[in-house]
Amino acid sequence: MTINFNNIYIKEKNVVGGPYIIDGPLSKYLDYKFYDFYDGEKTSEDCEIKELRKSISLIKNKYDLVISSDLGNQLMVSNVVNDKINKPYIGIYNACASYTAGLFLAASILQNKNINDILVTTSSHNLTAERQYRNPIEYGAPKKEYQTFTVTSATSTLVSKDKTNIKIECATIGTVVDLGIKDSNDMGSAMAPAAAKTLYDHLIDTKRNINYYDLILTGDLGKYGKEIFKEYMKKEYNINLKKYNDSGVLVYDMKNKDVCAGGSGVSCLPTYFLTLLYSELEKKKKKKILLLATGALLSTTSVNQKKTIPCICHAISVERV
Amino acid sequence: MNRKEYNKITKKILPNKFNLKNLFVAFISGGIVGILGEIILRLYLLIPSISMAEAVNLMMVTIIYLSSLFTALGFFDKLVSKYKAGLIVPITGFSHSTTSSAIEYRKEGLVSGIGSNIFKLSGSVILYGVVSAYTFGIIRYIFFGG
Repeated sequence: MTINFNNIYIKEKNVVGGPYIIDGPLSKYLDYKFYDFYDGEKTSEDCEIKELRKSISLIKNKYDLVISSDLGNQLMVSNVVNDKINKPYIGIYNACASYTAGLFLAASILQNKNINDILVTTSSHNLTAERQYRNPIEYGAPKKEYQTFTVTSATSTLVSKDKTNIKIECATIGTVVDLGIKDSNDMGSAMAPAAAKTLYDHLIDTKRNINYYDLILTGDLGKYGKEIFKEYMKKEYNINLKKYNDSGVLVYDMKNKDVCAGGSGVSCLPTYFLTLLYSELEKKKKKKILLLATGALLSTTSVNQKKTIPCICHAISVERV
Repeated sequence: MNRKEYNKITKKILPNKFNLKNLFVAFISGGIVGILGEIILRLYLLIPSISMAEAVNLMMVTIIYLSSLFTALGFFDKLVSKYKAGLIVPITGFSHSTTSSAIEYRKEGLVSGIGSNIFKLSGSVILYGVVSAYTFGIIRYIFFGG
């Protein structure tokens, strides 16, 4: 399902980055930096709350509604942060696809006359995710090569009807795809078919060619997932991806840091999109891009019960006006 | 594309090689832990009133204490992820997993936090250790007369 928008723009944005991100290629584009996984707080959850608060406080314009997402159980971080903001609030969970789902939701609500600006936030923290989905923080379990390393950052995007340079042009809502991957460490393989399905649906709905976009950016497939995605696109849909990259391999300094297959998490895609890619859009180096945020819809219970991982991907097309 | 065909693609691309280096690293690091244990054992045996059985127990307690302490000091997890099975298979691994769970759940209180979660990773070692000890004990008693 693809929906077109004519009057939706990105008015303001910021990215607050934590460890590993600040040592990576995006370092100079960050609006604020955290140098420690705890930053003086007692728990990693408190640190994530602090990050998201900082990110929201950096927004200068006013907004009518907040749409937040994170990876914690029952959206703990988003709920706590929004307690102090005193604005209407929706918390959404689509795993790592929440960012594009948030943008789509904001753009749709903005079709309403009375609402002019909506803030979409994301936050993720390496230790919070590690603790929730894997092992205790201090446990040094050997990591698999294809495992991903959750991004520590918080992002805010102000979506508005006021005209700016960056336009949200259309959105495709994805369907759930499950090709039988059970290994929760191997989320790249699990999510690649979902991304492929959404990309194919998007191209069919909009009657566009794959070369229409200057860049197709997936969310967090990682080093191996990226290759699987390319291979799958070729075999299943007969589409050759050329101008394509994955934000998981772009957010970190992959050569010098031990980050396994690359970044993941709900903030992974917006961290790359709102920093380096955004400045390239503003300089008109790239004009049309397609964001494909992918989410593995697993829970610790479903993993323990040995169920397969259902995955989803939502696409947002962004244009430089 | 069905699940089987997709499995072929993922298998082709995911790294799945047998790592000889890991085997060697685990052999050396596990051996070093063994040598360390032996040195501690010999030191305990220098005390005249201690028998061999007591010295073995004391040596194990010392190794458990040290790996627990190093976990709490925050650098043992880096060693474990580097030397892998060499540190996980000996009793250091058991101690490390117990302490890391305890640190993790400290923030959730003494009873509902540490109390109910301390053996989260190492609980199965205790349970199946005890079960197999009883099973083999009974087998030995029946067939070999104790």
